Amino acid sequence: MDWGAILENTIRGLIGEQFIYFALAAIGLNIHFGFTGLLNFGQAVFMAAGAYGLSMAVATLGLNFWLGLVLGIIVFPLILALIMGVPTLRLRSDYLAIVTIAASEMFRIIARSPSLDRWTGSSDGLTGFANTFYELSPFDRSQRYFFGIFIGNQMWVVLVGWVAVVLVSVGVWAVLRSPWGRVLRAIREDEDAARSLGKNAYWFKMQALILGGVIGALGGMLRAIGTQSAQPQNFITDVTFFAWVALILGGVAKVGGPILGAAILYGILSFTDILLRQMVEAGIISTSVMDGTQVGQVRFMLIGLGLVLLAAFRPQGILGSKEEMALDDR
Amino acid sequence: MLSSSMFHRGLRLLLLAAAAIVGTLGASATIASAQSDDEAIVKGTITDTDDDGARVGVAGVVISALDAEGTEFGRSTTDGDGNWSIGLSAGTYQILVDVDSLPEGVSLRNPDKNPAEVRLIEGDEKSTLFPLGEALVESAGGVRVIQLAVDGLKVGLIIAMCAIGLSLIYGTTGLTNFAHGEAVTFGAMAAYVFHVVGVFGFRMPLIPATVITVVICGASGGLFNRLVWAKMRRRGASLIAALVMSIGFSILFRYVMLFQFGGRAGFYDDFRLQTKWDFGVFSIAPKDIVLMVLSIVVLVGVASALQFTRMGKAMRAVSDNRDLAESSGIDVERVISSVWIAGSALAGLGGVFLAVTESISWDMGFRVLLLMFAGVTLGGLGTAYGALFGSIIVGLFIQLSTLVIPTDMKNVGALIMLVLILLVRPQGLLGRRERIG
Repeated sequence: MDWGAILENTIRGLIGEQFIYFALAAIGLNIHFGFTGLLNFGQAVFMAAGAYGLSMAVATLGLNFWLGLVLGIIVFPLILALIMGVPTLRLRSDYLAIVTIAASEMFRIIARSPSLDRWTGSSDGLTGFANTFYELSPFDRSQRYFFGIFIGNQMWVVLVGWVAVVLVSVGVWAVLRSPWGRVLRAIREDEDAARSLGKNAYWFKMQALILGGVIGALGGMLRAIGTQSAQPQNFITDVTFFAWVALILGGVAKVGGPILGAAILYGILSFTDILLRQMVEAGIISTSVMDGTQVGQVRFMLIGLGLVLLAAFRPQGILGSKEEMALDDR
Repeated sequence: MLSSSMFHRGLRLLLLAAAAIVGTLGASATIASAQSDDEAIVKGTITDTDDDGARVGVAGVVISALDAEGTEFGRSTTDGDGNWSIGLSAGTYQILVDVDSLPEGVSLRNPDKNPAEVRLIEGDEKSTLFPLGEALVESAGGVRVIQLAVDGLKVGLIIAMCAIGLSLIYGTTGLTNFAHGEAVTFGAMAAYVFHVVGVFGFRMPLIPATVITVVICGASGGLFNRLVWAKMRRRGASLIAALVMSIGFSILFRYVMLFQFGGRAGFYDDFRLQTKWDFGVFSIAPKDIVLMVLSIVVLVGVASALQFTRMGKAMRAVSDNRDLAESSGIDVERVISSVWIAGSALAGLGGVFLAVTESISWDMGFRVLLLMFAGVTLGGLGTAYGALFGSIIVGLFIQLSTLVIPTDMKNVGALIMLVLILLVRPQGLLGRRERIG
């Protein structure tokens, strides 16, 4: 058992790339669910919009990286939010849940379809779109940084990611103290009341869906840049629920909630993952119980179990307050 | 999961690179010649005819070798010339072409001969052919519509059977149960355990295994309700908390089944390979006829039970208006419990049926769940008959949509339909306006 590796992996989970991708996705989800009460179970598709917006622009269409950035963060999520929001935001909240989860499945089928290989690279996905990003890196790619945890390129992704997380959080904090943010909360608490005060609830919900989607797309794009590939399996339906667990764990409707939640979640996941792998390798867990591939599946079981337990016993999470908890009052 | 899939991807790239190198050396040897410790090789070339009538290899088709239990022993992906080969030890194998990996517009000419059985002895090098092209029945223009409609009806009936429970649970408790798909998978797998794996070394034919499975599914549905959902209702948990919990259960169950069963597809031994009966305008395997008849019998039975029995009437009453039903003396919790038992039993049966016509996989239920949602929404969320009609329409729509869109994307059609229904008539065909606000 290599305890050094276990410690290193856990720290990496707490503050590393995975944490950043999912903190951003969960911040977006917080705008949807925490502040507006929208049940978006398709955050993975917004992440995919960011990833594929950039990678298809650069790798498929041969456009400029910066144009790809705009496509992935603004244009794709905007279109997606309109497609999912227009039919459902007038209806009761579980219809949005069904449509967003259906959108995730559509993404999976379309992105993996060999008939669209030319555009999406099907199951293998797209690569070679992030060079411009890494060319800007001030870090030496052969060096290790931050106590030797990250190599140069990773350090650059993590640094940019942290700056993005901080900027987005400050932005969300400011926006939600504005009158606009107060309308969102009013809609969450009582949509009819908000409407009777002359607020166009439908339009406000649509704006919230777009804003949260854009932040999720940023997370997804960073994930594509960090792994240097946009692959369907990185954005399957279940990925959404990593963001959900991060959000509920940290605290719904708190600006810091998703950040704390994502850090704890990925700390725990990375720790159990490396621990189980080491135990399998060391023969402490026999391969008849579990082999290397099955360790990866344990992570998903933990997510499912976490979702059940949190929703049942502590829906407000660590930072949240019961009074501000959309899970309870709708 | 991620790292392992990346590993597999890397491995595949490596293999492809190796294949390319071997190819450029001009050697006719295929990838498997490197696998010298294998006793026998099964190989072949998958080709298609291009527009000029020349034969061209089809790359990227996945072929796997399974034993009778469905355990995978090897797989190969065709190279640029369509060549594939799998090194195996001596024995009898089912060679299966992953139909999903075939390119757009291409299908096996004899889908009945997939998987193909080969018997290998030491030192064997056997070729197995999978000719491509339009299946013979489908070649006539107008007939394909009928063939697809028949297939669609079959799919729709199975979806309907699975979906009635989803709709009734929603109607009686307000819970959008995302874990209902796992009841379908659980049914398919329970039957697999009794039929193929065996319990205490005892294996039984599929039909008794199905009967036991339906009982077990019903019981576990009732237990699930009692241990989890009844408690949540008593605590007055909000519907959204319950919905999030059901998603959690869905993921948990799904990955437990993946953990236990593995990612490969499984098949029952009984009724596996059947020659289709040709009726001129369409052809159908005998097992599919039996399934369709059985589904219709079950669905008519469910409908008459809902219409005429006391419990059925009570279910509809609770669905309609819970408070009114309760105040007129109906034991609502008992009704809900019966709905869970009946709904889960039906979902389990639907799972077995689905596994008989297609295959068993760990995420089959989740995929069907979304089609169920489409069907239930189309028919009207919370109405039993709506679920029935909606699902059949969805089944037909899925199959018929392949006239226009590639087969591998057929489910997208159903999901797009779901979005369109919500735009045009969100309460569904049989639903009422008040349910949606």
